[in-house]
Amino acid sequence: MSLTAHIVTIYGNMVTVKVEGAVRQNAVAYCNRSDGVKLMSEIIRIRGDLVDMQVFEITRGLKVGDTVEITDELLSVELGPGLLGKIYDGLQNPLPELAEKIGLFLKPGNYLKSLDRDKKWQFTPIAKPGDKVCASERLGKVPEGIFDHFIMAPFDLKGEWTVKRIVEKGEYVVSDQIAEIEQDGQIKTLNMINRWPVRIPLGVYAERLLPTQPLITKQRIIDTFFPIMRGGSYCIPGPFGSGKTVLQQITSRHAEVDIVIIAACGERAGEVVETLREFPHLPDPRTGKTLMERTIIICNTSSMPVAARESSVYTAVTLGEYYRQNGQDVLMLADSTSRWAQALREMSGRLEEIPGEEAFPAYLESSIARFYERGGIVRLNDGRISSLTIGGAVSPAGGNFEEPVTQGTLKVVGAFLGLSYARSYARRFPAIDPLDSWSKYSGIIDQEKVSWAHSFLKKGRSIFEMMQVVGEEGTSTEDFVTYLKAELLDAVYLQQNSFDDIDAACPVERQKYLFDMVSKILSHKFMIDDKEKARDLFFTLTEHFRNWNYSAWASKEMKDVEEKIKACFV
Amino acid sequence: MRKYYTRIKQIAGNVITLKASDVGYEELAIVEGAWGKSLGQVIRLSNDEVVLQVFSGTRGVSTSDRVSFLGSSMRFSFSQNLFGRIFSGGGEPRDKRSSLTENLIEVGGPAVNPAIRLMPNSMISTNIPMIDVFNTLVEGQKLPIFSIPGEPYNELLARIALQAEADVIILGGMGLKYDEYLYFKNRLEEGGAMSRSIMFIHTASDPVVECLLTPDIALTVAENFAVSGKKVLVLLTDMTNFSNAMKEIAITMEQIPSNRGYPGDLYTQLASRYEKAVVFENGGSVTLMAVTTMPGDDVTHPVPDNTGYITEGQFYLKGGWIDPFGSLSRLKQAVNGKTRDDHRAIMDGCIQLYSKCRESREKRAMGFEMSPWDIKLLKYGEAFEEKIMKLSVNISLFGALDLCWKILANFFEPRETGIRSALCEKYWQKI
Ligand SMILES: Nc1ncnc2c1ncn2[C@@H]1O[C@H](COP(=O)(O)OP(=O)(O)OP(=O)(O)O)[C@@H](O)[C@H]1O
Ligand SMILES: [Mg+2]
Repeated sequence: MSLTAHIVTIYGNMVTVKVEGAVRQNAVAYCNRSDGVKLMSEIIRIRGDLVDMQVFEITRGLKVGDTVEITDELLSVELGPGLLGKIYDGLQNPLPELAEKIGLFLKPGNYLKSLDRDKKWQFTPIAKPGDKVCASERLGKVPEGIFDHFIMAPFDLKGEWTVKRIVEKGEYVVSDQIAEIEQDGQIKTLNMINRWPVRIPLGVYAERLLPTQPLITKQRIIDTFFPIMRGGSYCIPGPFGSGKTVLQQITSRHAEVDIVIIAACGERAGEVVETLREFPHLPDPRTGKTLMERTIIICNTSSMPVAARESSVYTAVTLGEYYRQNGQDVLMLADSTSRWAQALREMSGRLEEIPGEEAFPAYLESSIARFYERGGIVRLNDGRISSLTIGGAVSPAGGNFEEPVTQGTLKVVGAFLGLSYARSYARRFPAIDPLDSWSKYSGIIDQEKVSWAHSFLKKGRSIFEMMQVVGEEGTSTEDFVTYLKAELLDAVYLQQNSFDDIDAACPVERQKYLFDMVSKILSHKFMIDDKEKARDLFFTLTEHFRNWNYSAWASKEMKDVEEKIKACFV
Repeated sequence: MRKYYTRIKQIAGNVITLKASDVGYEELAIVEGAWGKSLGQVIRLSNDEVVLQVFSGTRGVSTSDRVSFLGSSMRFSFSQNLFGRIFSGGGEPRDKRSSLTENLIEVGGPAVNPAIRLMPNSMISTNIPMIDVFNTLVEGQKLPIFSIPGEPYNELLARIALQAEADVIILGGMGLKYDEYLYFKNRLEEGGAMSRSIMFIHTASDPVVECLLTPDIALTVAENFAVSGKKVLVLLTDMTNFSNAMKEIAITMEQIPSNRGYPGDLYTQLASRYEKAVVFENGGSVTLMAVTTMPGDDVTHPVPDNTGYITEGQFYLKGGWIDPFGSLSRLKQAVNGKTRDDHRAIMDGCIQLYSKCRESREKRAMGFEMSPWDIKLLKYGEAFEEKIMKLSVNISLFGALDLCWKILANFFEPRETGIRSALCEKYWQKI
């Protein structure tokens, strides 16, 4: 069912067409360039018989009068077995396959099937003929990676349907018919592919729960001080070069979740290359398989078309919701949501909407909120608990957090990991500012103990600022020692060396153990009356703790260092 | 045959509007009048109304001037014949030689598929210790030079161009002063590099918006050489001029500016150029170095700010040298682990000591007492600036590493350097 229309206006990636007949907001359309190439587009505004569309490709060469086919289908993704390990563009075109087909460059107008049509899956039926099924109910399963990938009834089914027929256990490709269901004489044949429109949240569950379980990232500063939750949300704003991407890369490696979805949204292609070249060779310690097998990359980097960048975050989040529906704990990381917001801004400008602050559209905040709201921890209809956690990097202009995207994000997320230029400049990585950041969640260590430790950081900072004015001479030894304690906590607990094999990931047990050790130092009353001696002592302590961080858990080396630490202050 | 339109409806800024049909988006046009000829490009189509951005500006354009459309977007001739040639910022010969018409290729084509890119992994030697030792330049990297106006950034670019072992050097000048253009030309000629160089020069006296074409032509040529397996070094100077030209057009088109008058798509526009830096499987590559002058030494100005979010680090040119603190090559880790075993240690060690030296200088400036340690640091800092940091220093990487050891040994005991003792034993004695 499609409609033909004609182009009347072209301005950047926005095209206006004149239509006679019914059109649907957010439906997909194809602009026919005179050389036969079809450019995918999406309807974003309808005014009388004039329809504005964003084109997901460069519009070069399009002409007024060119025809446009308007479909009735909303911009959607394919869901089914075989998503894991894939590298897609923002419209879910598999990029490696695209390269095989059309070569080095992303020539406009080439669209491939998202799911491999040739791969055979070992299907085991779960539903039986005569069973009643509702939306999202399990019809069967195939093994994918280490999970059962359930083949679910369509998510938009209304009411109960009866299974008429289901295929036997065996090998099938995703497009093979596997079941037939019926309701009031109406029959649907189903294969393993579900489709879902990306702009509509996908969630068929009994209830949404409050996030209470920490999502372990193995980064001490996060898990202990600014925890994030399964099904919660967080943001990482920071100026350029402060470590947003590195922090997301570390998290995507070490986070204790089943599936990671990386949305490379309007950032460097080179950074994605790093991930996609390395992940196939890195083991996932939880499963022994490679990291790539639990990862999906949605890649719409900065030189790829802007409209597809805007939709890429929705593509990513929909895949996340799908695996949550399948019962998994999913983490979705977007780098950077500012680029997505800029894509919104570009389109809004072309639509000549009344601009808000910094020319962003007035609906920026609600768009951000709706995006993060798609995360969450849920109890599925069959009782299983699963979650989608969303973490977004934010790239504020000039590194100033008082701008619309950062501010809009802070209103909706559960944790704010603010990176500071000062900390990255001083190479204190991860450069999360411990005095600005916050989390509404409680983490792996008792809240009270954490606040107590955190108070040292505050005191340390004010003493440091004082010292800038009055010099060390003018500071009491007691204050000076407090300052050194804060520095120690910073150096050996907050900072973590992501290039060291052991320090890169600090498991919960180890964090708790280290936290206790450092707490002993923080609470110890050192009998020192000389600043040089104090500096020396803390210098030595820091050195020992660093070595402790670098030594394998429960190794002899670790025990030896612990003895040295004890000798310093008992 | 070619159709001519002679009724321009509107002229404003560098943009003209006329009625025409069967025109493609981004198609090129020629506007001819009593004052001469200029290229134009379609930037908006609405019913039978065509909006053109005129690259030579609209000064003197008459409503009865003749406009014709070329039937395609910008194209440029690509062949071996480009070597040694000098073109204007818009791609016209500037060297009084004939124009090239063979093998026309589309300028500013689609992006490279990220999935086929390779990770950059070979070092580019510049013989500038502040780069080679401390912030190594990597083949396939995109790196800007942030500079306040007046710093010797063009000299630095020319030096890197001559030193780097590139198969092809492409210079894109935007708003260059005429003597800067001559300087580049002379340097490349003296250095014997002209035969592998191609220059696209838009000077300060050329129409401002013409420089919008310059990076696209330069990078398209570069990309095509890289596809054919060549290692290409592209130098662009100055991207702030390019951004300002974009700002002019945006304002004429009544776009709502996002920040200090710059259009909201500044990031995307800059990124689509910088992202042309690439390494291909066949060994071809594009390495991109671009000057970004910072008005008022302000890194938060939209041009350097957006650039920093796009590139893989930056060199800060400040007070005549490459500042070791603000500068960063984000790809250096990819290469400096396999040059010499002391490379990373020297890189960290020398900079940490230099940073402590700056702290001591501050203390001294505030009138606090100098300890013997402070005095050591101060002396070290002076030597380090003189022998390593100065832009005039010209030594190989290994030479520079040896020299760093020598300077350290002059002022410190091994344990004071914070460098692993195994390395100190190996190199301390030797020098
Ligand atoms: N945890 C870390 N450990 C060591 N180095 C780090 C760490 N985080 C960041 N860095 C250093 O900082 C550089 C920049 O980091 P990153 O690319 O993550 O910045 P970013 O905030 O994503 O910047 P942009 O906004 O420009 O993308 C890295 O190349 C690396 O040298
Ligand atoms: Mg980044």
